[in-house]
Amino acid sequence: MTVHQPNSFRSGPDERGRFGKFGGRFVAETLMPLILELEEAYAAAKADPAFQQEMDGYLAHYVGRPSALYFAERLTDHFGGAKIYLKREELNHTGSHKVNNVLGQIMLARRMGKKRIIAETGAGQHGVATATLCARFGLDCVVYMGAVDVARQAPNVFRMKLLGAEVVPVQSGTKTLKDAMNEALRDWVTNVESTFYCIGTVAGPHPYPMMVRDFQSIIGRETREQMLAIEGRLPDSLVACIGGGSNAMGLFHPFLDDPTVEIYGVEAAGHGIATGLHAASLSGGKPGVLHGNRTYLLMTEDGQIKDAHSISAGLDYPGIGPEHSYLHETGRVTYLSATDSEALEAFQLLSRLEGIIPALEPAHALAKVAELAPNKPKDHLMVVNLSGRGDKDVPQVSEMLGSKV
Amino acid sequence: MTARLDAKFAALAQEGRAGLVTFLTAGDPDPATTLALLKGLPAAGADVIELGMPFSDPMADGPAIQWASMRALKAGQTLAKTLDLVRAFRASDATTPLVLMGYYNPIYVYGVERFLDEAKAAGVDGLIVVDLPPEEDDELCLPALKAGLAFIRLATPTTDDHRLPKVLANTAGFVYYVSITGVTGTVTPDFDKVGSAVARLKRHTALPVAVGFGVKTAAHAAAVAKGADAVVVGSALVEALRTSLDAEGRATEKTVPAVLGLAEDLAAGVRAAAKAA
Repeated sequence: MTVHQPNSFRSGPDERGRFGKFGGRFVAETLMPLILELEEAYAAAKADPAFQQEMDGYLAHYVGRPSALYFAERLTDHFGGAKIYLKREELNHTGSHKVNNVLGQIMLARRMGKKRIIAETGAGQHGVATATLCARFGLDCVVYMGAVDVARQAPNVFRMKLLGAEVVPVQSGTKTLKDAMNEALRDWVTNVESTFYCIGTVAGPHPYPMMVRDFQSIIGRETREQMLAIEGRLPDSLVACIGGGSNAMGLFHPFLDDPTVEIYGVEAAGHGIATGLHAASLSGGKPGVLHGNRTYLLMTEDGQIKDAHSISAGLDYPGIGPEHSYLHETGRVTYLSATDSEALEAFQLLSRLEGIIPALEPAHALAKVAELAPNKPKDHLMVVNLSGRGDKDVPQVSEMLGSKV
Repeated sequence: MTARLDAKFAALAQEGRAGLVTFLTAGDPDPATTLALLKGLPAAGADVIELGMPFSDPMADGPAIQWASMRALKAGQTLAKTLDLVRAFRASDATTPLVLMGYYNPIYVYGVERFLDEAKAAGVDGLIVVDLPPEEDDELCLPALKAGLAFIRLATPTTDDHRLPKVLANTAGFVYYVSITGVTGTVTPDFDKVGSAVARLKRHTALPVAVGFGVKTAAHAAAVAKGADAVVVGSALVEALRTSLDAEGRATEKTVPAVLGLAEDLAAGVRAAAKAA
């Protein structure tokens, strides 16, 4: 199959909110006027230097940016190939990349005069970031979380409550992230006048995939500058994990038009793609329409959405951001997958070699680094996005490893 | 080519009353029960039948219809089986308009053209697909109109005068006014507001206006019927069905009478309301 190669991979979305055939605005009529209003408000904010200036202030002094680009010497020696750098998003306030996007959306919500914020969360990192910024700016915060995830991410549930958010365990459907998103959409339809829906990943109806990507692109922009400062040239490859794909999109986007940069996204293969128990929408799914956008989805032959499975609640989503679907079909980004056990192994490896306990999500990216890095020359510069820290996963991993540690 | 819908609304106008649109989910709790209900509903007073195509992630629906979808899917309902039900219904009823309601993904995966051909041949009159706003008209709305099926658009309290022409542009059959901002079957609408909203819609369109979401009882139906051309009831009928099921979620001898009995009450409410001139 000949794939059409556009002049720029960074030009999307078009005026209809599409990346190629992916994206769009597939939502109930009740939400459409608000989505159009949001699109306008975001365009105005983007063009307003005061908005960016205010955000830069909070990014520096509240979030703690720029995050470090750290040369992982022991990890590099261990694999014996590429020179591995870690983009330390886990050092951000609240412990993950999620805060970059939430800050942007909350600033926008304030501009729009919205006092009530709703969010959905899987692992809880997006919920914690949202609860944190709502506390900071005195906004009401309601976080929808699948009942299954509430049980397996207890530390984050407690954090959100401590920050003053109301956490609503979602009992419908499969009681995981996709159902939390359904429930958040139901809340939004019901309270559309007063409420801002803070989506946690590069998915949902236009303009969310674009807006979240823009807010997360600070990861890639910083990486670019930092690598040029440290090594005097661009990296040779980028690796990031993908659930919905916001940390990956943020790292990848500023490099999409640099043909020398190889880009790898890593999906969660759960028990293995062949078992059907996984969360790899690109490797094991096909195009469909859910949660306001057309993208790759895990589903039955009859178009019913299937349960995703991953050791990591943050990757446990049956879809992926539409821009990733586009980058997959154009071939610009190579999408791989890592199993639960590979991620668990990488989780321990990084802890022991570098003194950094990663979240289970970026442990998937690290698991593929174990395959990619040894085959690269020693002057190959590889950047891995360390999207979150593993504190939240320690109880779960400790239970899984039992007496081994 | 919305003959059955047009004829029905013309007849209702002649009678000087509003119509009753009843919603059920296909395959809830099994296809045979759905078919028995479809066959019984016109005699019970349903003027238009709305049949839900079950979906795993019904974002616009409240708990009653969510659970109906889950029961149907658990019992093995598919889009193909839903079309089978329409064919079986049409074998004994050539006049009652039937519209399919659902979400886009199962149709998209089935194939839009194939779906439209088969739906038209099966005797479907119109489609309500809640996650396709006018901005996405070329996905299904325009092909449906071309295939001779009405695409029934929802208008909501957030659809202002500026947006309304866009919403109405490719709508056919009737306009479905959503009486609340929210999901199906939750709060009871403010009937005075509904009346003025319907009057506003009628200034923009000559199409009949049906009103739904939150209409549960004969009295509610009567209140809505005063101003609207039709009243849509879904969650209340689905709840009547649910409460008739046995502990394993199977239909009992009470199921069909429970649903048809409520439909009769609602139809009486609709008929009792003197339609405003």
